Parts: sequence; structure tokens; C-alpha cells
Amino acid sequence: MIEVQEITKQYGDKVVLDKVGLQFNKGKITSLIGGNGAGKSTLLSVISRLLSQDGGVVLVDEKNVTEYKSKVLAQRLSILKQSNHVRLKLTVRELVSFGRFPYSQEKLNKEDILMVDRAIDFLNLKDIENSYIDELSGGQKQRAYMAMVVAQDTEYILLDEPLNNLDMKHSVQTMKIMRKLADELGKTIIIVLHDINFASHYSDYIVALKEGKIIYHDTTENIIREDVLRDVFDINIKICEFESKRICNYY
Amino acid sequence: MGVADITVADIINWDVEKISLISISRIPRTAALILAGVGMSVSGVIMQQMTQNKFVSPTTAGTLEAAKMGLLIFFIYTSAAGMALKLLSAFLFTFLASIVFLAIVRKIKHRNVIFVPLVGLMFGGIIGSISTFLAVRLNIVQDSNAWMMGDFSGILQGRYELIYLSLPAIVITYLYANKFTVIGMGEEFSKNLGLNYNSIMNIGLFCVSLTVSSVVITAGAIPFLGLIIPNVVSLIFGDNLKKTLPLVALTGAIFLLICDVFGRIIIYPYEVPIGVTVSIFGAIIFLFLLWKRR
Amino acid sequence: MEKALVIRRNLIIALILLIGSALLFLFYKMGNSWEFAIRFRGIKVVAIIVVAGCVAFSSVTFQTLTNNRILTPSIMGFESLYLLIQTIIVFVYGDQTFKVLSHFSNFAISVSGMIIFSFLLYLMIYKKGKDNLYLLLLVGIILGTLFSSLSSFMQLLIDPNDFFIIQGKMFATFNKINNGLLWPSLTIMVIILFIGFRMSKYLDVLALGRDQAINLGLNYNRVVKFFLVFIAILVSVSTALVGPITFLGLLVTNLTYELFKTYKHSVIIIACFLVSAISLLLGQFIMERVFNLSVPISAIINIVGGFYFMYLLLRVKKL
Repeated sequence: MIEVQEITKQYGDKVVLDKVGLQFNKGKITSLIGGNGAGKSTLLSVISRLLSQDGGVVLVDEKNVTEYKSKVLAQRLSILKQSNHVRLKLTVRELVSFGRFPYSQEKLNKEDILMVDRAIDFLNLKDIENSYIDELSGGQKQRAYMAMVVAQDTEYILLDEPLNNLDMKHSVQTMKIMRKLADELGKTIIIVLHDINFASHYSDYIVALKEGKIIYHDTTENIIREDVLRDVFDINIKICEFESKRICNYY
Repeated sequence: MGVADITVADIINWDVEKISLISISRIPRTAALILAGVGMSVSGVIMQQMTQNKFVSPTTAGTLEAAKMGLLIFFIYTSAAGMALKLLSAFLFTFLASIVFLAIVRKIKHRNVIFVPLVGLMFGGIIGSISTFLAVRLNIVQDSNAWMMGDFSGILQGRYELIYLSLPAIVITYLYANKFTVIGMGEEFSKNLGLNYNSIMNIGLFCVSLTVSSVVITAGAIPFLGLIIPNVVSLIFGDNLKKTLPLVALTGAIFLLICDVFGRIIIYPYEVPIGVTVSIFGAIIFLFLLWKRR
Repeated sequence: MEKALVIRRNLIIALILLIGSALLFLFYKMGNSWEFAIRFRGIKVVAIIVVAGCVAFSSVTFQTLTNNRILTPSIMGFESLYLLIQTIIVFVYGDQTFKVLSHFSNFAISVSGMIIFSFLLYLMIYKKGKDNLYLLLLVGIILGTLFSSLSSFMQLLIDPNDFFIIQGKMFATFNKINNGLLWPSLTIMVIILFIGFRMSKYLDVLALGRDQAINLGLNYNRVVKFFLVFIAILVSVSTALVGPITFLGLLVTNLTYELFKTYKHSVIIIACFLVSAISLLLGQFIMERVFNLSVPISAIINIVGGFYFMYLLLRVKKL
């Protein structure tokens, strides 16, 4: 389980995270929502040790993140941030194979190759697995990186606004894959999303941040409500039910 | 240069010899110091506005090296001592180098803000190594170092007036300050606001090139001024150009005067060239600025 | 896999070219005193190998660490410091320089000076990782500018006759290499390259960027520090052996990446080594036979490298 306690982070006078504490439910998808500058991405970066906090503790499986050997932590927790501008001559398959680095350090054994194959199939990349990543479209690149994370086969997967560069079809595809990972493979997934409707449709739990503090943490059902969302986003949102799912209209 | 003691009493008593010393050496020197201080600092401001980058300055954009190259090329082709022609040569090279630099900056703008001065320094390094190479071939390395060394001890009435050319540049900068900022935001943005991007850019580069060349010819290269003075002023007083530009000018002049006095006192009666004192203080202040930024 | 075979073939071609160039260099028009010629040229060949190795490894690594193909490690201030040290030495000893200070002592002082400088630099700046790599470079360059000013100042005070000693050090040249320096340099290079090469898989991961490197389990700060130390040592040795050769790294890395389309650093480093050595050998050969040594090779490299640098910056393709 991932737990954060009293996390604070500030840049100069600006407090970005203010004594944030929570536990993430295992085997479920939890979305982080909030306005710009609420602290969502920062929190994700702190959890994944991409950023060091000014105060507080991050615990993964009850052990402090700083006490883990990097390699071991990389086998438990993975993070995918915004698409990277890499100009390397890497094929999709080679990129996905990097996902096995925490285990075999570039010497891939049979098990690794199997995991890479599985990840490529999962993300429907079979037909472009030998193309160079600098020749792919934004959406394809994103899926390649996601396949790498899947190949990394970690219990906890963190994603920072993964749908930003994707069109509708691929956004839906991605979220469906996340659901598959959680439901079929029992992964714990934490996603920062800015599109409230995707959060509504695909997450089990939602955490709402405002000005560096957690103001709500509950099941999706209890968060997708007009009064709650007004509090989170400072905007009036109308909610309609459609085929037993809630859709938000804030236009 | 002779060091002499002049007291107020001498002036009142109209000691002719001493008065002429003041008018031939002291006043020009002081005037040159002030103009150089103001000119280089203000050039720094123009460049920073036009590139939207706090670390761009004549030192970190190859401008000083281009001026040196201009002088060197001039020396190769004429042994004449025409100051005006020297200025023209330095000016042309500086202007050209600035255009190239701006073109480079537009390509790499989206990167890390520190990347731009890094590239500028490398750019300056290229120009510098070509110059050095030429100087080696002509066997004038030591001499060319001497010209380029920022040094106000040789300023004499009749041989320094070119530096006054930086005055129009300073005035234009004050009048056009906001326009330079706008073109720093890009061609589309400027067009939107009705500004002629190219002509404003050329005016800005013209001012910078003229100022830098006239300072370099008169007193040599004074590194770091254009970099640190605007940054220090902006740290304390913010970024409202109309308000801070006069402050930048004032601070630049005062800083240079202090460095000059320091250089003259520390190994009295000899003098440390101002290029060295400014380099040392400039580097220290710049490092401090960087540290603060964290 | 087809690609691997192509790469291996290219490496072998490069190796053959290297051996060919070396033989050409050694044996072309030897004249009567062939024993002397071989010894004399042999020294140059070894020096070229050392420089090629140092430049290749340090430049490739540096570019990977900074995620950037247009920087070279020499911009961190090493070369300015080297010139400053040399200027101080001549300033202090004047024309007694060569009598008082053996080449080896000079070499040792220069290398130690540069390495100490790099450690201080890293200590001062590199506290918590993050964006600090670029900050490190900027500080290095500012200090480099400071060192240049100080050097210029001191050079003014030096007797013009003594000045020629310094002038000789401003540009890298393979013409005046001291035997005694070769073997220590070669040894250091071999050791560092050996260790560094074993760590090249980390460079592959680092090339994906800081975030991915950490995600995949690298102790980012520690690994980067290691490589920075290697770079410092290699650049110091190469500069102290033959002088400043600023843009060579830029030229050979980009050339290597054009010729060898792979991400694997184990291949790139070897390939770059071969490409550097071949370029230097052939370049020096042409300089000596065709232009009769009137131009130091590093001047040409700096000028060509300089224009290539600008081309890289100004072309339409993204960096």
C-alpha cells in the first residue's frame, strides 16, 4: 500500500503541498483531481521520489521510500510523466525492453522477453514494434511509454496526465487498459487527470486537492456531486446520469 | 600614466598645470567611466528584453568577442590609426554577430533558460578562437590582449570622444524600452500589437552594437557589466522598465567608478586594469545571483 | 537482428581504417633515418590514441548527461584554468620555466589543478540534483571567463620573449609531446575507459532523461557524479598532454551518431573512439605532409567545429 504522511513542499514563499496525508487503496484506480496549481503533479512526483519533499514521509509497503534501494523500488513502483522528447534511435520494442532494466539491467532473459511481448500486445503495438520512436505520432509514443511501464510490471503505477496528447479514441483505450491492469492484474493505479469525466467513468476513488490540501477523498460516487465539485473547482457543474454513469457538464 | 596629487586648493588657486591635468585626463576618464558603465548596463537590458532571458548580455552572446575581431581585422588591413574607421569595423562585426546570435536564440528559446547564455558563451568562444588564431599568425597576441583589456588609464582628451556615441543609444533605449520587450515575445505577438518587428529589432541591435563598439575602442572590453547590473537591479526593484532603467544606468556608472577607484588604490601607485577588477567582482556577484535563484 | 550485424560491420570497417591510417602515418616517406622516424611518429600516434580516447568518452558521456548534442565538457572552464595555470607558471619562473619545472611536474600540477577545480565545482553546485547540471555549466563558464581575464592580465605583464612559451600552449598540438607524459596518460585513460565502459548501460538509461532514469531504478545523483568525475579526469589529462582542443568532441560525437544509428553507448563510445582517432591521424597527416605544419591542427578543428556548431544550432530540425 502507498501511504503519505504530512507531506509539505514549498518553493520560496509558495506552499504547494500543505501537510498532505492519505492512503491509496490497493488494486484500485485512484484519480487525483483539482484546479491548476493545486499540487497534484507535485504530489505524484514526491511519491515517486522524482522530487524530494520538504517535510513528511512517503511509505511504500510500510517502508520509507528513501530506505529502498533504487533498483528494488523500481520493481514495486513506476511513474510515467508527460511525454519525453527523446531523440534516440530506439525502436518501440527496445524502449519497452527498458522496462525490464530494474530486473535484468539490459541482459534480457526468457521471462523478460515474455513480459515485453505481453506489454506490447496489451497496448496494441505489435505492428509498429520495430519502428523508431522518433518517427511515431504523439499518441503512439505515449502508448509505447505506457507499454514500457507495463513491462516494468510494478504493483503501483503512477501516471501524470497521461491523456494530454491523446485523441478521444486513444484516451478511451488508455483508460480501458488501466482498468484491465487494475481488475485483471490487481495493480494499484494513481492517475492525475484534469478531465473530470474520465475520472468519473474510470476511477474507483477520487482525491481532490485544492491549494495544496486534500479536501476530499472518497469513492467516485461520493465525489461526482455538484456541491463537491463546485468546492473543488470553483465553478458550477451540472451532472447528468447517462447509462448509469455520471457525466459532468460545465461548459 | 603619471599619478599626481591634486587638491581642491590647487583648483581654487588656478594652478594651471594641475587644472590641465584635470581637463586632459581626469574629467575625460571620469566621463568615459560613467558612459561605459551606463552604456554596457543598458545594452545588457536591451539584450535581455529582446531575448526574454535574464542571462543574456554582451559577455554571454559573443558581442565583445565580435568587437575584438572587428578591431583585429581592421588592423590586418590598415595600419592607419583612424579611430572612426576602427569604430566602423568593430561596429559591423558586432552588428553581424548580434544578428546571428538572435537567430540562434529564436531557435533554442524553448529550452532551459540557462541554455541560451551557454550557447552564447560557446558562440563567443568560436569567434574568440578564430581571432586568437589570426593574432597568432600576425604575432600580435600580447598586443591584441592589451587593446581588449578594459583599461581607463589611457583615456585622454582628444582620444576618447567616440564613446559619446553611446549616448544616443542610451536615449533611444529609454524611449523604446517597452517596444523591445514586446518584440522579445516573438514576431507574431509584435505584429498583433502593431509593431514592426524587424525595424525595432534592428534599432535595438544597432544601439547595442554602437555602444559596445564605442566602449571597446575607447576603453577595452568590460565583461559582466551588462549581465549583473540589470539582474541586481531587477532583484531589488522589480521589472518595470520605465522605472528601473534609470536605476540600471545609475548603478552601472557607480559600480564602474567604484571598481576604478579600487583598482587604483589597491596597488598604489600602480593600477589594476578595470577589466580585471570588474571580472572578479562581476564573477562573484553573478555567482551570488545564481545561488539566490535556487 | 539485421541492425546489430550492420553495426558490427561498420565497427570493423572503422577499425580497419584506423589501423590503415596509423600505418600510413607511421611509414609514409620515412627517408633514411627510419628508426628515428618510427619512434618520433610512434609517439604522436600514441598521443593521438590517448586524446581520441579521452575526448570520445568524455564528450559522449557529457552529451548524454546533459541530453544535448551541442555541448562539450571543455566549456566547464577546464581549458581556461589550464591556460591560467600555465600563465602563472611562466609568470613566476619566466624563462627558467623549463629548467625549474620538469614536464612531468607541470603535467601533474595542471591535471591536479583541473581536477580539484571540478570537485569544488561539483561540491558547490550539485547538492540536490534537479536542474543543477545546467547551473553547473553556467558557473563553470563564468569561472572560465574569469580565469581568461586573469590570464590575459598576467600575460600583459610577462616579458614578450617568455610570452611565446604560453602562446605555444594556447592551441593543441601533437608536435611537442613529451615521452614521459605519454605512459601515465595512457594508463589513466585505459583505466578510466575500462571502468566507464562497464558502466555504459547506465548511460543508455540516462539518455532517456532524468525522470525515466529514476523510474527505472538508477540512483541518479550518484551515477551522474561518477560520470562527471570520469569526464573531469579525462579532459584534464588530454588538455595537459596536448593542449586545449575544444570543439573536437562536438565534431566527433555528431559524426559518430550520424554514422552509427544506435542508442547503445557500448557501441557509440567505441565507435567515437575510432572516429576520433582516424580523424586526428588523417588530419595530422594532411597537416604535416600537405600544409607543412604551418597551422596547428586544433586551430582548424576549432574553426571547423565552430561553424559546425552554428550549423547545428541554426538548422531547421529540432535539437
